[in-house]
Amino acid sequence: MTDMADRTGTAEPAAPASRLDRGRILAWLQDYGVYAAIAALIVINIAITPRFLSVENLRTQLVQVAPVVIVSLGMALVIGTEGVDLSVGSVMALATALIPLYLGYGVVPAVLAALLGGVAVGLVNGSLVAFVGVQPIVATLALFVGGRGIALVVAGGQLKDVYDPDLLNLGSSSLIGIPLPVLVAAVLTVVVMAVVRRTTFGRRLVAIGGNRTASELSGLPVRRILLLVYVVSGLLAATAGVLATARLQASDPSSLGLLMELSAITAVVVGGTPLTGGRVRVLGTVAGALLIQLVRATLIKHDLADSLAQMVQAVIILAAVYAARGAGRR
Amino acid sequence: MADPLLQVSGIVKRFTGVLALDRVSVDLAPGEVHALVGENGAGKSTLIKVITGVHRPDEGGLRLAGRPADFAGPLDAQRAGIQAVHQEIGLVPALSVARNLLLGREPRRRLGILDLPRMHREASRILGSYGIDVDVRRPLRSLGVGVQQMVALARAVSVDARVVVMDEPTSSLEPREVETLFGVVRRLRDQGISVIYVSHRLDELYRICDGVTVLRDGRVVHQGPLAELDRLRLVALMLGRPVSDVRAEGVTKFSGTHDPARDTPIVEASGLTRRHVLDNVSVAIRPGEVVGLGGLLGAGRTETAKAIAGALPLDGGRVTVAGTTLRRGSAAAAIRAGVALLPEDRKSEGIIATLSVRENIALAALPRLSRGGVVSEARIDRIVETFMRRLRIKAAGPHQRVAELSGGNQQKVLLARWLATEPKILLLDEPTRGIDVGAKAEVQALIDELAEDGLGVLLISADLEELVEGSDRVVVLKDGTVVGELSGGDLTEEGVMTTIAAGTGGETG
Repeated sequence: MTDMADRTGTAEPAAPASRLDRGRILAWLQDYGVYAAIAALIVINIAITPRFLSVENLRTQLVQVAPVVIVSLGMALVIGTEGVDLSVGSVMALATALIPLYLGYGVVPAVLAALLGGVAVGLVNGSLVAFVGVQPIVATLALFVGGRGIALVVAGGQLKDVYDPDLLNLGSSSLIGIPLPVLVAAVLTVVVMAVVRRTTFGRRLVAIGGNRTASELSGLPVRRILLLVYVVSGLLAATAGVLATARLQASDPSSLGLLMELSAITAVVVGGTPLTGGRVRVLGTVAGALLIQLVRATLIKHDLADSLAQMVQAVIILAAVYAARGAGRR
Repeated sequence: MADPLLQVSGIVKRFTGVLALDRVSVDLAPGEVHALVGENGAGKSTLIKVITGVHRPDEGGLRLAGRPADFAGPLDAQRAGIQAVHQEIGLVPALSVARNLLLGREPRRRLGILDLPRMHREASRILGSYGIDVDVRRPLRSLGVGVQQMVALARAVSVDARVVVMDEPTSSLEPREVETLFGVVRRLRDQGISVIYVSHRLDELYRICDGVTVLRDGRVVHQGPLAELDRLRLVALMLGRPVSDVRAEGVTKFSGTHDPARDTPIVEASGLTRRHVLDNVSVAIRPGEVVGLGGLLGAGRTETAKAIAGALPLDGGRVTVAGTTLRRGSAAAAIRAGVALLPEDRKSEGIIATLSVRENIALAALPRLSRGGVVSEARIDRIVETFMRRLRIKAAGPHQRVAELSGGNQQKVLLARWLATEPKILLLDEPTRGIDVGAKAEVQALIDELAEDGLGVLLISADLEELVEGSDRVVVLKDGTVVGELSGGDLTEEGVMTTIAAGTGGETG
């Protein structure tokens, strides 16, 4: 055995040089391709889209992308553990449904209720994954389907306009010239980055995604961390739901957050976080969300159908997955 | 001897340049029960996969009943009459016993409707003929593993089998079920069906097998009637240590005996028991002492280490570290108490390939490298630097991905991970397997050094020389029980092999 393993060990580096180079290129693409793509799109837009660089346009783009960024941050953490959270869109719906119910007591109780809804969904998802051992895709599928149902029941199944000025402020006011939703997304990005880089929780969740058995043998509290990851994802999705409600000035649980899980997964994957876990790229994820937003905005500005935007998005996903696969083979 | 039923000749099989089988030939007479033995990596499973059509040989070939046989796949081999019985493989747990037994050839009435009464009658008859009495209408999964395996076996042989390959068939059977299984094997033999029997349980081999092939490093090192081979030689052949040629002084880097403090053991494991795996295993380790675990593959060495580290669910027994009893089945509690386990399978249980050398080293010690959940980069840097220097880890830097390191350096990274937790006891499961000679010597020297510093060390190694020279004392396991302990002048390679050959599971333990 010793001999054989030795021989395997020395056989590995002898891969042909061309493949190594290809692996390097793909690894670079996985890490930085998203930034290059954004830069290219910006250059193209400056050239062909009138008033692309106007403050007003940039504000609109950023305000629109803020909820996606926030949801994607949570998704990046979950995917880092080799999981996935399909329920984020339903959590947004649940959050928006809860707000009008508690708005009578003031903005703070209403927002708290919405966030607690997200935490509750996260607890259910996390318990199923960590303690029952259900596969993440199945565990979160349950509340992907059921969460929106609950939201509709809570809301009585209809759209409600929201008039509370304090809540609407969350969606429309600005601080030092930056729209509040954008500011919240930026702050959360910094927080999540710090969590991933500087806390034991962050280090451990990445380790669990990289090798769960080794993490268990190293004494990591694997189950507790998995539970917490899903709770954080639920909390972030609920936050996005609150901000989106404020901006839309309405609570519409039947359509808010639809397909959000796909946008978030796309942002994470395009940003260079592998679906196989063991790595979380926070800035890449934000860039991934921005890229998708830019693609869509560009096509819409030039009167091309939304369906085309979806197809472009599909191509981007395939490219990202291809790069990740090639890079992983290094 | 009659003409061979199955002739395996000159099989060569390579995997990406690594020679897994080197001109292996085996002849199987009709009705012969042939033992196939060898340690990890000897090439047994590869040979079985060639015979059952899973792999195609690079050179050489098979002849079945005199005719050349070139199997396109497992199904092809099965049609030709070569049946493999692995545990539960190929069965559908949710279906009834009868359906499993007759899957794919169920008796049908007109219009293709299943003829259930006939199916149940036939299934009962087949199982009954092997001495198995169960309600064939029950779903398979409601039966014990042993019966499930018997069903798999009955299914395999009732489909016109000519050669049956049995891979570790008794590993999860109760003694009574083993008897039933042997009954089945004898019946097969009487019908002229040949059996290839893979097992590490010497007692079983000598009870049921006629011939034996011993593989080591992909080559046949011995072939012949089993009755003419005494147990000690068989063990020596498997471990690759010729009995007559046991050197007194070896080439390992161990310096010699340590001077274990004669005070109380730092770790006491007593009565470790887990069904089919461990039976009342007790081991004690004193500070500064290296205790070796000897035994063949499947004897329970890895499981003993894992049990001490809280990484194996136990049915009974307890582990005490420095006087306090550990909570059973909690790796975290064991680590807090000062137990460190270097696992056998570096890739799947040790390194985290996506992370850097630095992150890998810091992983287990994170609690002591952080405050209030926030890690201290400075403290991590210090520890990583210390151990990279002390263990001479060769890497481009602490931020290099651990997956890019050589096997020896990965192993050192794992050692560093554990030393960073400041353990009281180190459980080393094959610490030098698969690493190059230089790194091997360094790791061996390091084990010595750590023991001198007062750590208790449990050493598992398939390399007898390493085991004997590295340990102050060797506890020999066999079939999950302790069959002997050697120390001082008795601790020789031959002594270990004699103990393995002579020991009978369950008596001495």
